[in-house]
Amino acid sequence: MSTENIADQELAGDLFAGRQRRSRLSALLDFARRKPLGAAGGLILLLFVCVAIFAPAIDRYDPLETDPFNALQGPSWEHYLGTDNFGRDMYSRIINGAILSMYVGLTATAVGAIVGSILGLSSAFFRGWVDLLLQRWLDVMFIFPGLILALTIVTVLQGSTLIYTLGFGSFYWGNLNVIVIAIAIPIVPGTARVIRSVALAVMSTQYMDASIAVDARPLRRIFRHLMPNCAALFIVYSTAQIGSVILTESSLTFLGIGVAPEIASWGRMLSVEGMRYFEAHPYLAIFPGIAISAAVFGTNLFGDALRDVLDPRLRGSERR
Amino acid sequence: MQEYIIRRVLLAIPTLIGAVTLVFLVMRILPGDIASLMLEGSGELGVQADEEQLKELRAQLGVDQPLYVQYVSWLWDAIRFEFGDALWTNRPVWEEFQLRYPISLSILILAMITSLGIALPAGIISAVKQDTWIDYGLRIFTLAGLSIPSFFVAILIILFMLRYYGWTSPLEYEPIWKDPWLNFQRLIFPSLAIGYRLSAIGARITRSSMLEVMREDYVRTARAKGLREQMVIWRHALKNAILPVLTLIGIELLVLFSGVVIVETLFIIPGVGKLLVDSIFRRDYIIVQALVFVFAIFVLLVNLAVDLSYAFFDPRIRLG
Repeated sequence: MSTENIADQELAGDLFAGRQRRSRLSALLDFARRKPLGAAGGLILLLFVCVAIFAPAIDRYDPLETDPFNALQGPSWEHYLGTDNFGRDMYSRIINGAILSMYVGLTATAVGAIVGSILGLSSAFFRGWVDLLLQRWLDVMFIFPGLILALTIVTVLQGSTLIYTLGFGSFYWGNLNVIVIAIAIPIVPGTARVIRSVALAVMSTQYMDASIAVDARPLRRIFRHLMPNCAALFIVYSTAQIGSVILTESSLTFLGIGVAPEIASWGRMLSVEGMRYFEAHPYLAIFPGIAISAAVFGTNLFGDALRDVLDPRLRGSERR
Repeated sequence: MQEYIIRRVLLAIPTLIGAVTLVFLVMRILPGDIASLMLEGSGELGVQADEEQLKELRAQLGVDQPLYVQYVSWLWDAIRFEFGDALWTNRPVWEEFQLRYPISLSILILAMITSLGIALPAGIISAVKQDTWIDYGLRIFTLAGLSIPSFFVAILIILFMLRYYGWTSPLEYEPIWKDPWLNFQRLIFPSLAIGYRLSAIGARITRSSMLEVMREDYVRTARAKGLREQMVIWRHALKNAILPVLTLIGIELLVLFSGVVIVETLFIIPGVGKLLVDSIFRRDYIIVQALVFVFAIFVLLVNLAVDLSYAFFDPRIRLG
């Protein structure tokens, strides 16, 4: 093992195994120094999250407000990124589009990764028929292409009355949560597989044997011993998913499926209906496209660096 | 080897039944009446459908039967590929599918060829020239491919071709055996748009797989006995690094399907992906459930083929 790898692992320990040799802040600074690209990616992601949170404060117009007299204006001081065919301010629409992408990107990843981890952990912990049944079921989920499964789930969920329940009474949030569920489900099998493989390795360690020897209760063994040792992989794997989740979300909205037209979304700005304006006004396509690409690029950079630091084993394995 | 093949084939059977069940669950288990959803649309926009029509549609869909009867009849229909008639055109779903699948298959194959054509050399060069500027360049290129949504790539291609060459994609479609040039013109850009993302995934896996193999003892031995570097890379490293890349084809297929749905919508190509999206908008759930099932079966078969091809590539399985 090279010295760099050892240093990487020390950094990993500092970052979150609770080793208090150095403070978290200095570990973060260390991360930024050793993985400048990753840190830059993390900053990009943070920036987009902030934009999403403060969107109502930093947008300049109502993203839905149409102004036919000022339609299809190029970028100017009035409208930083120009206006679309209805005269809506592109800058405000992109800022507000961040809400959807960031909310769906982070929540769907979290939901999918947590459900997947629960399945993966139980598979490894209980073994036997639980493992067998879960694995066979995951095999089934694996053969459904992610976007197509998500498309189908969105279609079915959207039509049902569940949409209000899911949004706690709000149509807007119900709409968003439908996408969250639809995108979270395809993430589950991959996470469950990866977490299971690590959990199986952890289960065969001596400290797990020791925990049986001292007659620790199953819950204690799971929460005290098994879960903390799978945490690094959980963080690495789920971070790596955020990018593709954002892509799936934008693909859904690009197809015009998933969100009501009144919700600002990057994908929808690039949809086929806008196609005939792109030729004369390419900025209409280029700005939202850059927004999606930048958000995903930042997340990917960050995820890659995290993986290098936290889990050298994963360097060789990638999905999707 | 025989045992391995038989085991793989037998394992596919529960997965197949699982796929039938999953599609059934997604389409039927949700609250609400699928018949009124199809006729009336969702929520507020809906119109009141005629009670007679509703009853007729329920009978046609078979949803007036108890759940277990529905399940058994769906299972039986699905296994025989008897999906009933499309609501929109009143033609059998199977016929609709047969009309369109050659187009999507051509895009699929073209995209696969372009992506592997880029991925393999890029991954190998990146690994052999690790940490040089070529490596960095290629890695940025691939990371960008992972971050830019395929519809944005497609829009950029369309805008670029139009602006600088005045070229627009032909609107008509001819099968390859009738007019290969027209066919190629129509399909090459959609394939490139998906192929870029795929090649990014492929190049990353090839690179890490090559890097891993290059560190093996047998590669050092090959070098130590004075083999030319080319020989070491081609005969010793690449041959062993190719297995994970093979698995990639199965994974790529999942990404490909998602991509096909998107580019067919964008380039208005009358393929299976466009049929799926159109059917979703028309609320033709008979087609949707049939297509989702057929996609899954296709992935299952390709994965099976990949698994079986391991038997020929990997001596541990072949001789084991």
